[in-house]
Amino acid sequence: MNLLSIALKSIRQRWLASILTGISVALGVGLIIAVIVLNSAVTNVFQQTGSAYDLVIGPKGSSTQLVLSSVYYMDRPIENLPWRFYKELAENPTVERAIPVNLGDTTEVGNFPIVGTTPQYFLVGYARDKKFLIKGDGLQGTWDAVIGSQVAQKNKWTIGSQFKMIHAGQDDHVHDELFTVKGVLAPTGTPNDRAVFVHIDGFFALAGHDQPVNEAIAREALFYGETEDAIRERYKKDLEEIEKHAHHDHGDHDHHHHGPLSDLQKEATSVLLVMKGKDDMRKSGAALALQNRLQQGFQAQGANIIAVMDQLLRNLVGNIRDAFLFLTALIVVVSGIGIFVSMYNSMSDRKKEIAIMRALGARRTTVFSIIVMESLILCLLGGFVGLVLGHGLVYIAAPLIEARSGLLLEPLLFNPIELVIFPMLICMALLAGLIPGLNAYRTDVAEVLQG
Amino acid sequence: MSLILRNIRKSYREPAGGVLPVLNIDSFELKQGDQVALVGQSGGGKTTLLNVIAGITMPDSGEVIINDVDITKLIEPARDRFRAERIGIVFQTFHLLPAFTALENVLLGMSFSGKADRAFAIRLLEQVGLGKRLAHRPSQLSVGEQQRVSVARALANRPRLMLADEPTASVDVANQGKILQLLREACQEHQVSLLLVTHSAEVSSQFDRVEQLQNFNHPGVAQ
Repeated sequence: MNLLSIALKSIRQRWLASILTGISVALGVGLIIAVIVLNSAVTNVFQQTGSAYDLVIGPKGSSTQLVLSSVYYMDRPIENLPWRFYKELAENPTVERAIPVNLGDTTEVGNFPIVGTTPQYFLVGYARDKKFLIKGDGLQGTWDAVIGSQVAQKNKWTIGSQFKMIHAGQDDHVHDELFTVKGVLAPTGTPNDRAVFVHIDGFFALAGHDQPVNEAIAREALFYGETEDAIRERYKKDLEEIEKHAHHDHGDHDHHHHGPLSDLQKEATSVLLVMKGKDDMRKSGAALALQNRLQQGFQAQGANIIAVMDQLLRNLVGNIRDAFLFLTALIVVVSGIGIFVSMYNSMSDRKKEIAIMRALGARRTTVFSIIVMESLILCLLGGFVGLVLGHGLVYIAAPLIEARSGLLLEPLLFNPIELVIFPMLICMALLAGLIPGLNAYRTDVAEVLQG
Repeated sequence: MSLILRNIRKSYREPAGGVLPVLNIDSFELKQGDQVALVGQSGGGKTTLLNVIAGITMPDSGEVIINDVDITKLIEPARDRFRAERIGIVFQTFHLLPAFTALENVLLGMSFSGKADRAFAIRLLEQVGLGKRLAHRPSQLSVGEQQRVSVARALANRPRLMLADEPTASVDVANQGKILQLLREACQEHQVSLLLVTHSAEVSSQFDRVEQLQNFNHPGVAQ
């Protein structure tokens, strides 16, 4: 009979107290695991989303607002950029891909954000090395749309479904044009799941999405610091076309179906960039150079999505996560105190047991070890149960969380941070068992046996 | 195994601050294979003497020599080891662990000497008539059976010296003789010296050598 089996016997003898103590540790550890898994999922969403892009370009203003609106569809867009600027970016020798993104409208049903973009959007992927999986086709025709998995689920839309859009959040202005769902995205665990992507040509073709000519000229002149005459000169041909079209009799046909919109009247809310470069270092270098150049002159800014989100995570989400972790760690500490109290209280009943063992030849260190071992067994068993419980909780809650928030959880994914829990539990068990163990160590054999 | 006590002095400090002398033994000897009944009044220091011999309690002065080893000179862990390996103890109230079965109680006695021998433990329990009650817990055994487990546990490490503190005092009359006979026969069979403490004349009458504690212990009066 070794010390472990003696300790196990003792635990079994006080089974109710032992089970309750073990459960309190298991609950504490389970909660910590659940927080860790949820935190990983949230962090992944924030860090992965947009990580396929090196920069997002938008009008000057808050870089956080730019990233949140253009990549996470969470905030109002700042303003728009001239289409000419997008084209310049696309032709920039350091840029591999420039993808325009137009935002502001929402679906009539479900109020999901509309993203007007080019088919290239789906070639880049939703995160580094993670390609979009599309059921059906991508964006091909002017009135084509691709919808995120949550949109499909909540609106019960499938390929062939048609929908209308509300103009820039104005409930009373529903665009007449119908878009047709041509593709449904597989879940990505990113904001793409709750977005509706429409072909940018269709987006521009909607009433109110073309800039009034004079306003467009004024804004482009302001953006580039050029005179309005210079802008007029640049778009001379387009302006003549527009002029002709203005005096044309429309009869019974649609005003917008005359042909492609002039670049002057087009805008982009932001532009997502993938930089050229053999490796991440070079891409980052190119992105940084462009970012610096934009800072000096134009009325545009470049934001590094990962850097912005890292800062946001640290400042906001990080604090919440730390608060959660602190609270759950507190629960584990409380359960540690529970182990201590349970063992300490049992010591008065167990003094005789300890004295008998000592009389039979057990050393002081032996009885001390038995008590500490009991504490270790309770903590570690509770810890293992908590590990299973934590992942189990997430496993059970994952479909619910996914349905409600779009957060894709991987319940069985082991986070290396979880490894830290067990050394911590061992330390806690040693601390909880220390004083009861010392009590056992100091037991006066003769006095207890005679008493 | 021989036991020699020389100039053993032991006193306790009383709560009121005085000193209560308990043991004052100039000399006492037990030869290998001896079976001695030590008779004394209650509170006469019998249990303290057994604790001193077992190395559980340290005397204030004097020598406890067991097989040429003065255990008062050993450090505590060595004394614990010595007790585990060489001394068997039978207590008046058995002191079995309630969560352990009869067999586990015997094995527990072995575990601190590092000589766990399950077959021998079973044989000992069979020898004391409990071969069919190995898996019974103390609460499932009669008082007489519990004391028999206690005897088997005391013999578990093949000790050379057996100390028995009023082993029949808690046992009913019908079982007293049986326990005593069992203890004496077992000690004889395993060639273990036996020092049995009792205040019962009936028990002591069965021993060839009976020592009255007051004849060689002169503690004096409390100060």
